[in-house]
Amino acid sequence: MLKVEIWRGTEEGRYETYEVPSQPSQTVLDLVTFVQRKLDPSLAYRFACRVGVCGSCAMTVNDTPRWTCRTHVQKVVERGRVRIAPLRNLPIVKDLATDMVPFFDKGQEAKGRFIPSDAAATSVAEISPEDPKRKEADAAIECIGCAVCYAACDVVSWRPEYLGPAALNRAWTLVSDARDSDRIGHLQAVADDAGCHACHGHQNCVEHCPVGINPTRSISGLKRLVLMAAVRGRL
Amino acid sequence: MRNHPSYRAFLVHRLSGIALALFLPAHLIVLGLALETAMLDGFLDWAAQPAVKAAETILVILLALHLFGGLRLLAIELLPWSDRQKDWIGWAAAAALAVGAGFVVRSFA
Repeated sequence: MLKVEIWRGTEEGRYETYEVPSQPSQTVLDLVTFVQRKLDPSLAYRFACRVGVCGSCAMTVNDTPRWTCRTHVQKVVERGRVRIAPLRNLPIVKDLATDMVPFFDKGQEAKGRFIPSDAAATSVAEISPEDPKRKEADAAIECIGCAVCYAACDVVSWRPEYLGPAALNRAWTLVSDARDSDRIGHLQAVADDAGCHACHGHQNCVEHCPVGINPTRSISGLKRLVLMAAVRGRL
Repeated sequence: MRNHPSYRAFLVHRLSGIALALFLPAHLIVLGLALETAMLDGFLDWAAQPAVKAAETILVILLALHLFGGLRLLAIELLPWSDRQKDWIGWAAAAALAVGAGFVVRSFA
């Protein structure tokens, strides 16, 4: 039997302890699902794909943000106990479900959307996979939007207006995309006090990203481009 | 969550920066004493005690850590990314310790 402590409530709340049978290859999401289906149907949590694609099941497991569907209990259990809480740095809706709106809003604030050119395309843009800029974008493109990096980031805790690793990483993929037509617009969106220069380089995001993205690398790239654009008077 | 080399490098850089901020006013006061030879000599006699030298050594190491840690940060932010930058943390720490060792040799030799 495992002792599973789960946060119940909103910002005000407490940990409730449940006993869950231990199984081989059990994931943390399996624990939460067992509790909700067998022990307490009022438990609120969020998941969808269960295979590490959708990014919706991230929670804090023993004080570390993780994707719970791909985290084996065996990896995180400490003396037969697992403590599960909602993600840090986001408002709690109920129990383990956080309000993701601030996280996704920051993606928009960072202008994290592709800007096509005005002219109608006459042919498909040819981008070589070997192009150095394309490689930079490819290294950062597979973000699943789980907000683990956002929850791990101390700068987000200290400065809630900070755009955060995921939004800045997205901006980097766009300024590295030869087809995007508003590079300066993207840089302007991340150049203010809440943007890329607020990053202290702790690299908690790098350590915790479940799909192996390096947001600090992306943010450093943005810092260099913002600096060069400012020197050239283009910001 | 914070148990990794990059976060420790951040903490060392921040704490050594605070030490630098505290040290600079004291350093400037001592420089001001140079106008009064007797007072400066008195201070230098006090500073020659082994315990004070040991404290100075720690301060020198902290300042060197801040210098080399700062150079590492500048390299991360201004040069193309290198996956070897975790090695740079080790090199910065080694360089700071080497500076501290040089100070010890110079002070006690």
